[in-house]
Amino acid sequence: MYTGKIRQILLITDGCSNQGDDPIAMAALAKEQGITVNVIGVMEQDVIDEKGITEIEGIALSGGGVSQIVYAKALSHTVQMVTRKAMNQTIQGVVNRELQQILGRSQTMEDLPPEKRGEVMEVVDELGETVELNVLILVDTSASMKHKLPTVKEALLDLSLSLNARTGENQFSVYVFPGKKKDVELLLDWTPKLQTLTSVFSQLTTGGITPTGPALRTALSSFEQKQSIRSLLSRDDESYFEESM
Amino acid sequence: MMMNHTLKSQCKVSPGTVIAGKWHLNKYTIIKELGFGANGVVYLAKHNHTHVALKMSDNGMSITSEVNVLKSFAKVQGPLTLGPSLLDVDDWQSNRGRISFYVMEYIQGPDFLTFLQQKGKSWTSVLFLQLLNDLDKLHESGWVFGDLKPENLIVTGPPSRMRCIDVGGTTIQGRAIKEFTEFYDRGYWGLGSRKAEPSYDLFAVAMIMINTAYPNRFSKTTGGISQLREAVRQKPELAAWEKVIFKSLQGHYRSAKEMRTDLLSLMIDKKIPDPPKRAQEANVDNQKKKPSLHPQGSQPITRQNYRKGRKKSGWKEFFFIAVVLGLFYAWYTFNKLL
Repeated sequence: MYTGKIRQILLITDGCSNQGDDPIAMAALAKEQGITVNVIGVMEQDVIDEKGITEIEGIALSGGGVSQIVYAKALSHTVQMVTRKAMNQTIQGVVNRELQQILGRSQTMEDLPPEKRGEVMEVVDELGETVELNVLILVDTSASMKHKLPTVKEALLDLSLSLNARTGENQFSVYVFPGKKKDVELLLDWTPKLQTLTSVFSQLTTGGITPTGPALRTALSSFEQKQSIRSLLSRDDESYFEESM
Repeated sequence: MMMNHTLKSQCKVSPGTVIAGKWHLNKYTIIKELGFGANGVVYLAKHNHTHVALKMSDNGMSITSEVNVLKSFAKVQGPLTLGPSLLDVDDWQSNRGRISFYVMEYIQGPDFLTFLQQKGKSWTSVLFLQLLNDLDKLHESGWVFGDLKPENLIVTGPPSRMRCIDVGGTTIQGRAIKEFTEFYDRGYWGLGSRKAEPSYDLFAVAMIMINTAYPNRFSKTTGGISQLREAVRQKPELAAWEKVIFKSLQGHYRSAKEMRTDLLSLMIDKKIPDPPKRAQEANVDNQKKKPSLHPQGSQPITRQNYRKGRKKSGWKEFFFIAVVLGLFYAWYTFNKLL
């Protein structure tokens, strides 16, 4: 059976980027490297403007992931749902490619008769339960996010609760942008325990810029580093899910 | 709250539309919409002059997944009557694209909370006993319901009987719960994991009990057992169930059968065994250790006492034994000195 891992970036923001690289291009770059980008737009009383929504949808679209705009109080439920949905999409993509190899071109799961589809679905479910999942979380900490941060923290703890109920392994990493000195700042390095996210998190905030693009770029290199450290340590070939959506 | 325009528009069909299956060639005439959730829309439809429920979704995966659950229900010995029975699975080529759907038995009736409002409180316990019985069968066959909530529970009849209409959250035991609703989810309240195990469903049952006194639910403030305990104590109508609710919220029941037995004995006024408490255990330990220092004569007394009343007379007993032992010891040292 397939023993790869699924790599995702989860971007939590409340508006448009205004500095540095184009985030949509960065998301496309991520997809090229087999990393899915999901975006959650958080609203409170304020409504995200048209431009912000277009960017959020654009990032998820070119990053092969899922986007959702929600009110802060629905954040917990959405974060775990979006992550799970994107994971299933990735697995389905892989399974579909396997099917195409076996059954010939243009055959996907949806082309099978419903009875056969059920059997394939069992495989997808099984993989979703056991596959290793790496999630890098990018949190927008610009001024307007300030009072939403406690909710974001709660949502992240809830995410770890959901994912840690799986049999498969999980690795989390948390970055915030803008950081104190740089555009992006590492808050929590790769760890299976997202609960270790400190209480500092809720109080974080910095100035007005929103460098979403550079943040995504840093996130990508973090995956790179992780991979190279891993390969130095274990020296075995690791295969990744590649995006094809 | 969430913006899910695509789902709604894709699966919105007007009454009178004929849904023709691509594989099995059955035809269904839509009568009206029954409801919609995160994973699709359910319609009342007509097929060969009988009413059926038809669920469609543009997400073929969730349809397939639910069909798998319903199929495995049917395979279980003495089929699980908790969920609806599956009649057909197919794809429909609409002018907006291909939509997967499945057809199930139409379960007619009010939802659980509406039923209670109509029929009065005397039905509540009966329905919970039924529900626990069905859950026990479900758990025995290796599944956990997951997204258990009053909206998913329909009371059919007469004779009145509880049925579940949405199996979208049903998960194989040992895996991670697929779908849940925060109020009924123990993870949300900080009272357990989201692993599919019987106690996950039993927590939801206790929350439904609380829900009967709080029709509008309430949201988390401090969370944890303290907030829920406070909520239960504020409502006199929950007093009768208090013990069962607390035991279930804290995961003390390993099976639905255990919870059912307790609920049943509440209705015929029997005592429920208390969940083991740490303080009491520590107490017992003290009592056990003491006699080992002074083996003569004192051991039988302590054991008897320990069995008789480990719950209420804990402290009284403790002092009594301490005094007796003290006397023995005094007598013993006195004899030695002489």
